[in-house]
Amino acid sequence: MTRLLMLGTALGLVSGPALADVNLLSWGGAYGNSHLEAYAKPFTAETGIAVTMSDADNPATPIKAQVEAGNVSIDVASVEYADAVRLCDEGALEVIDPAILLPAEDGTAAMDDFIEGAVTECFVGTDVYSMVLAFNDEQFPDAKPASPADFFDIEGFPGKRTMRNGAKFNLELALMADGVPAAEVYEVLATPEGVDRAFAKLDTIKDEVIWWEAGAQPPQLLADGEVSMAYAFNGRIFNAAQADGQPFEIIWDGQIYEMEGWVIPAGAPNMEEALEFVAWSTAPAPQARAAEFISYGPPRRSAAAMVGNIEGTDQPMGPNLPTSEANMGAALASDLEFWVDRDAELNERFNSWLAS
Amino acid sequence: MANAALDPHAAIATTASGVGSGLLTTEDGKPLARALVRSQRRARKRAFLLVLPLLAFILVTFVVPIGQMLTRSFHNDGFSANMPQVSAWFAETERGTPPDEAAWTALATDLVASADARSIGVVGTRINYDMPGTRSLFTSTGRQVRGGMEPPYQANLLEINEDWGDPRLWSVMREASTPLTANFYLASMDRTRDETGAIQQVEEQQRIYATLFWRTFWLSAVITALTFILGFPIAHLLATLPMRKSNLLMILVLLPFWTSLLVRTTSWMVLLQQQGVVNDILVWLGVIGGGQRLQMIYNQTGTIIAMTHILLPFMILPLYSVMRTINPTYVRAARSLGATSWTAFRRVYFPQTLPGLGAGAMLVFILAVGYYITPALVGGSSGMLISNMIAQHMTGTLNWSMAAALAALLLGAVLVLYWVYDRLVGVDNLKLG
Repeated sequence: MTRLLMLGTALGLVSGPALADVNLLSWGGAYGNSHLEAYAKPFTAETGIAVTMSDADNPATPIKAQVEAGNVSIDVASVEYADAVRLCDEGALEVIDPAILLPAEDGTAAMDDFIEGAVTECFVGTDVYSMVLAFNDEQFPDAKPASPADFFDIEGFPGKRTMRNGAKFNLELALMADGVPAAEVYEVLATPEGVDRAFAKLDTIKDEVIWWEAGAQPPQLLADGEVSMAYAFNGRIFNAAQADGQPFEIIWDGQIYEMEGWVIPAGAPNMEEALEFVAWSTAPAPQARAAEFISYGPPRRSAAAMVGNIEGTDQPMGPNLPTSEANMGAALASDLEFWVDRDAELNERFNSWLAS
Repeated sequence: MANAALDPHAAIATTASGVGSGLLTTEDGKPLARALVRSQRRARKRAFLLVLPLLAFILVTFVVPIGQMLTRSFHNDGFSANMPQVSAWFAETERGTPPDEAAWTALATDLVASADARSIGVVGTRINYDMPGTRSLFTSTGRQVRGGMEPPYQANLLEINEDWGDPRLWSVMREASTPLTANFYLASMDRTRDETGAIQQVEEQQRIYATLFWRTFWLSAVITALTFILGFPIAHLLATLPMRKSNLLMILVLLPFWTSLLVRTTSWMVLLQQQGVVNDILVWLGVIGGGQRLQMIYNQTGTIIAMTHILLPFMILPLYSVMRTINPTYVRAARSLGATSWTAFRRVYFPQTLPGLGAGAMLVFILAVGYYITPALVGGSSGMLISNMIAQHMTGTLNWSMAAALAALLLGAVLVLYWVYDRLVGVDNLKLG
């Protein structure tokens, strides 16, 4: 018996570390780097569990493929909220018990600390990002654009625009620019008249728009002077302004925010370590740390105050986050039920509209 | 008769047929025919064993996964596998039967079971493909009925959401109740089914796929023609120059191959955009005014220019390798017999390049039809191709059945073109090198 135990321990020692790796699938780029620096490295330092990181264009696609093939190698993945909802309803994700989440430092229970909707059955939010309007300051020496309506005002604010190639975000923006208050956008968009109204508004600038495909394009187009205003992810604009010193300004009015977070694919090989990683990395301190690397806000209320300076500078990150109180005034929370339902239909209509 | 005796072929034929009537044997006495068959079979077996690894490789990494993927285009059991009872009810009743008590009971039982098994999203997703906006009907109802449901089912379900009474929904569920479906192919051709199951076109503002298929083939043909016009003289030059010079030029042709595709595409952006190099030069030369800079990228023009450049080597290389083997004496002979240089080219030189031209055109066209990344980056709205929609369904909407149907149609269309090509030109004329 003792020998057996010893053998077991020896085997455990030999194979333990190799087996207990957490395979983390992220997005690469500056965002993936924030996961590496704020989550993976300190987690390994603290717990001794190694984290192997890999990248995908959209981690939801490999998850779906692996789960359907019954050969899952991913333990934790970073996915968009909409994909988490979709995959969870399809049974492709493990249910995450919210009891494992760590409380805030003042003792507030985790579920009270996370903003609304940040923790669902299969999903724990890690950051909030948003689509924002941005402009090249050099192109508007006098009056500066300040609202969605100005984005659609080609005469007042001349120059081309760039928008994401797809229906999502653009339809909401068009309605807000047309005077629909943020709170009513999805109510209006749920009616056929609302969709017509959004497309009619988009019609007014259709000829002036360059449609971007990859997140890196809009800052490039702004920098080249190819467009004067862009509708893009706030992190990309921030990075270009911060790291490359580009004269870009963000308009927070009319921002549409969304969440990304961790999911565990059904049948993940290292469940225990995966759960430990999820719990550890969604504590307020690591979340605040991640926000110092990229301008995506932490979804925990207690983490907001803990965010320090932009990594490598002495400027505070706080005002650059979508979740900062000053920026949330006219913000719209992206309605994922709506998009999961109508994604295909509205994209077909959008593409048909583009082609006509 | 004397003529026949003098004809050597006739003599051989006579001898051969004369001997053939007897039995030829090998040295050890076996019939020659059988020995020949046996040795040929052995050779064939050896040849087969040699290609077996490649065959297995292609089978495992190519045929099986692609076959599996394409199966999704007509086989989707998302509804039928998770909603067995109501599927059985649909199987027993005829189209148009209004849902009776048995149907409502079956639906409620299935919904509860599916919600408990967390497969309700799969069911909702399947119905959502045919009837947008219904996915949340399933998932939200699922959340409410988890753990069980009380009769009367009809009243209770309608209480939860009155959309459950929609006849269109029942018609769509009926179609999804068998795993085999043609609906994804219909959708790929901008068609849908109405309540009675009749096929009709989708609303005008939703039509997109037929346009994109047409545009994909049209642009691919234009790009193939352009690579031919640009590539033919270069290939000719390469084939006729002395070796040392042509090798140097060859490096220039191959250079793009050694550069990353994304780098090449991005360079085109730098060159062609409105604030780009070409426009700057034109403005500086005074050809156009500062306010009329040309829009050469993020539209069809951009797609054509960038793809022509990227695919050009695929036209040049087969042309070059065929032209190298053309004997210059033929053209000289034609000229010496009085042909003008144009006639000599048209009737003697050009026909000999056809095998290379066919191969090059085929390669370029087939690559262009499935091209994805370049049109996505420089195509804008008017330069988008069908592969961009396939990509969107693969990674965006995760509707892999739709992606598979579009891919199958594309594959089918290319095969038809290949067949037409074989009919017109003959595939055995192809010469890749």
